[in-house]
Amino acid sequence: MDAITFPPVVLGPLLPTLIVLASAALVLLLDLGPRWISRDLPAGVALAGLVAALLVTLGRWGTAGRAFRDMIVLDNFALFFNVVICYAAALVVLLSMDYLRRTGSDSAEYWALVLFATAGMMLLAAAGDLVVVFLGLELMSLSLYVLAGLFKRELASGEAALKYFLLGAFASSFLVYGIALIYGAAGTTSLDRIALAMAGRTNDPLFVIGVGLLLVGFGFKISSVPFHMWAPDVYQGAPTSVTVLIATGSKAAAFAALIRVLAVQLRGVPADWSALVWVGAAVTMTVGNVVAIAQSNLKRMLAYSSIAHVGYMLIGLLAGGPGGVGAVLFYLLTYTFTTAGAFGVITLCERARAEAVDVADYTGLARRHPVLAAALALFLLSLIGIPPLAGFVGKFYLFGAAVRAGYLWLAVIAVLNSAVAAYYYLRVVVLMYMREPEGAATSYVPSFAGGLALTIALLAIVLLGVIPAPFADLAQAAVAPLLR
Amino acid sequence: MSTTVWLIPALPLAGAALNVFFGNAIGRRAHWIAVPALAGSFLASCALFSRVASGETVTATLFSWIAAGDFETSVTAYVDPLTAVMLLVVTGVGALIHLYSAGYMHDDAGYARYFAYLNLFVFSMTMLVLAGNFLLLYVFWEAVGLCSYLLIGFWYTRPAAAQAGKKAFIVNRVGDSGFGLGIMWLWSALGTLDYDGVFKAATELPPATATGIALLLFMGACGKSAQLPLHTWLPDAMEGPTPVSALIHAATMVTAGVYMVARSHAIFEQSPVALEVVAWVGVATALFAATIGLVQTDIKRVLAYSTVSQLGYMFAAVGVGAYAAGIFHLVTHAFFKALLFLGAGSVIHGLGGEQDLRKMGGLSSRMVTTTITTTIGALGLAGLPGLAGFFSKDEILAAAFVSGHRAMWALLLLGAFFTSFYTARMLFLAFYSGPRMSKEAAHHVHESPGVMTLPLAVLALLTVVAGVAFGIPSAHGTRFARFLAPVFPVHDGGHSGAVALMLLVMTVAAFVAGIALAWAKYMASPIRADEIGRPTTPLHRWLLNAYYVDALYDGLIVRPLLTLSEFLARVFDLRLIDGLVNALGRAVVAGATGLRRLQTGFTVNYALTMLGGAVAIVVFLLSR
Repeated sequence: MDAITFPPVVLGPLLPTLIVLASAALVLLLDLGPRWISRDLPAGVALAGLVAALLVTLGRWGTAGRAFRDMIVLDNFALFFNVVICYAAALVVLLSMDYLRRTGSDSAEYWALVLFATAGMMLLAAAGDLVVVFLGLELMSLSLYVLAGLFKRELASGEAALKYFLLGAFASSFLVYGIALIYGAAGTTSLDRIALAMAGRTNDPLFVIGVGLLLVGFGFKISSVPFHMWAPDVYQGAPTSVTVLIATGSKAAAFAALIRVLAVQLRGVPADWSALVWVGAAVTMTVGNVVAIAQSNLKRMLAYSSIAHVGYMLIGLLAGGPGGVGAVLFYLLTYTFTTAGAFGVITLCERARAEAVDVADYTGLARRHPVLAAALALFLLSLIGIPPLAGFVGKFYLFGAAVRAGYLWLAVIAVLNSAVAAYYYLRVVVLMYMREPEGAATSYVPSFAGGLALTIALLAIVLLGVIPAPFADLAQAAVAPLLR
Repeated sequence: MSTTVWLIPALPLAGAALNVFFGNAIGRRAHWIAVPALAGSFLASCALFSRVASGETVTATLFSWIAAGDFETSVTAYVDPLTAVMLLVVTGVGALIHLYSAGYMHDDAGYARYFAYLNLFVFSMTMLVLAGNFLLLYVFWEAVGLCSYLLIGFWYTRPAAAQAGKKAFIVNRVGDSGFGLGIMWLWSALGTLDYDGVFKAATELPPATATGIALLLFMGACGKSAQLPLHTWLPDAMEGPTPVSALIHAATMVTAGVYMVARSHAIFEQSPVALEVVAWVGVATALFAATIGLVQTDIKRVLAYSTVSQLGYMFAAVGVGAYAAGIFHLVTHAFFKALLFLGAGSVIHGLGGEQDLRKMGGLSSRMVTTTITTTIGALGLAGLPGLAGFFSKDEILAAAFVSGHRAMWALLLLGAFFTSFYTARMLFLAFYSGPRMSKEAAHHVHESPGVMTLPLAVLALLTVVAGVAFGIPSAHGTRFARFLAPVFPVHDGGHSGAVALMLLVMTVAAFVAGIALAWAKYMASPIRADEIGRPTTPLHRWLLNAYYVDALYDGLIVRPLLTLSEFLARVFDLRLIDGLVNALGRAVVAGATGLRRLQTGFTVNYALTMLGGAVAIVVFLLSR
């Protein structure tokens, strides 16, 4: 038997994650401190931690670091996702500050949990080992389960948390079982070594079933059909700021792990997934868009819309190559800002002393709050994919990659879906601009931090829409080494 | 170097952004942002000009813009002598007009909005001139059109202004549809839209393709530069504030068509047919608009038709291959026509909004600076020997004659006579004849403030010196042409001294005859207000109504189209299309309600669905 050798401890590749975790610990410590500490301080610490992580991430761009015997791989791919995740989490923090105070749920645990979830996401993006995938996934998920139930006095919030937890645990069991089977087949959980071990015997049923169960677990996290059913209930019931984190950060992190696992673990495996992903993409976007039409709750509508966007992104995954997968990365970037912005507007609107979550609450908003209405309209237009906003370019790259890879009909289905989607997005715009408000007025809750978040998101979708090429190049460069 | 280049559009853009987003807070101080932005832009243009004058040409790429398959285009600035000259005109005249606007628009409620639009226009116009490929050119071609629309309809509560804005936009669509097609054809023929690539490869174009592309591009120029038959929007555009008319509808935007044709001369040179078309459309427009200008009674309309006519001269020049002469006329015209519009604005300002020549007169003693400067501008337009307009117009006439277009030369000479007449008429009626306004109005006449008269003085100075400094012809062309020689092939100016002298004498004769006739008609004896512009002959009535072209378009195109679209809307669209779409929509909604029922809300059902999915995936993978 070999002597156990401890790998050298290299913390560099973990630095962004460690910064986030440290700020989480600091937030919890501050809560123990005396009363006179400003209530804004924990949020400030959280924000500072995220910005620092973002800066470190940007500073490491172009370097590839590996640590703990390749369990952590902080390459450009992980760094790209770190940027997306840090932005998403920072926007969530900004949007939460006044929102939580208003709803009386301001507590240090909230900020700590957001940071823990973020750290989990960053681990997922940098995971070079199935065990770290599971670790990151659970760190993220457990934090999010609790966050979803933050509004303890609201039934919907509790229901969302419980459903999310039960179904999430169910999905995790698939994932863990899949990991176990793969370990059984390959004798290792390291993605690189699995690829080596399985070369030449990829039809091992143990391995195949394992990969299938892995896909179920990821399918749940990215909410693709038929593993999507939790999403509407959770998005609707959870506090809106938490919904933003679930819809953007956790989805991006799950995509990161999915892409890396598929690309690295199955390197050199001539697997024919295309039919499976083809059907998954087509069904996911169609179900998402069609059911969104029938929704009267804006949060629920956006939940179905986010399912539909997963369908679009699966197209890029199917198309493959740096062009296709790079398009997915770029799309996640645009989608994060757009979705955070759209949900962010909801956090700032109130009607009859309750959060304005019904589509009808936004009737005539343009008359009373033209800037807010314009912001929401722009986010929705970007979700439809109207130039010159980011959503258009994102779709353009995805569908273009599909056509180049020969999936013409899937691109046609996607374009038709976009047309269907325009209907329910534009309905909100029409209500805001062309109808007179009825009943109690929807009021805007002034919030400097929230306004700042919306401004950042708006600038981002305009910038990404007008000058997409440099960012798309970065996305392609980030995935290219993985696919080699 | 490339920083200087991008500073030129960036400063006005920043100014526009500030005034858009903080307009409410900035309010009356908007000019403190807009005017310095333009001044900075002008200084940057001067710096760029001096670099270009020392023989540098610059191509600066800001970022790669669109990359899709074979199609790649980037945001690139292309700076050669032509660009440098255009930038100087746009930012220089622009800065003066911004300054003037601070006085002219002083009491307007939309002060910040006005300066935001004006800055946005200068940004778009400088980008149009800087653009290094046809797609970018097209984008900013549309952007200046948008600014023009916004500024024509600036006083949008006036129905006439809103209507005029709409008309300008729609008529330009006709031209731009051709322009867009031309660009697409260019790409499919050459596979690139970059200036460098296109102009190098243009010689390989088959003659028919070159003709097609050139004519489509020229269609866009016709719309933007108000040439026959798309000229109808420009006179109506006078509904906008007068400084806007000076900047956009005289000095810069409307000359974009001339700039574009000159810029793409490599394509036009491949098609003698297209060049001939350009020249003849220019001549026809020059003459046509000049005749209408003879009888107008609104001071701004006289100037508008004069602008259309002078643009015709520029196209005639580029059509006969005298690109430098066309661009020189563009520059001098920017000086004296901006001056005339600003002078007219000063008059309108002094008279409390009056634009009718019949109710003016006798202003020379009350508005001294305005009178002197406007007179210089008018003489520049009419072609007083020594002033800028004389040199540039003479250059065009000579080019037409020398290139063998004798008939064209004769018609342009006739146009010069008309120009001289209507300019003198306008000048006499406004300033030198006896006053015809009411006593009340006469009492209030006042000279405009310094911020308005200073730009007038500067433009007047430019009108006086520009010709002598750059426009004196020699055996190797004018100084101006020599400066542009890296861009335009210099055609040998091989006309002998005798011919040159003959041409010169004829031009001067046309100038003198026009002034003399106007003097005899309007100054020799006192004239009553109701005698001016009253149609006495059918021809006069035709001219007063601009040949009834608007009525013709209305009857021939607008009304039939409206009838057709009403028919389509009622029958085809409502019944067939909407029926289909509604049926489809109902089906989707029905499907949505059905699918929605699957979402029961029971966690067990959700888990069961997941299990089903998992089984399906595993079975699929195993069965491969």
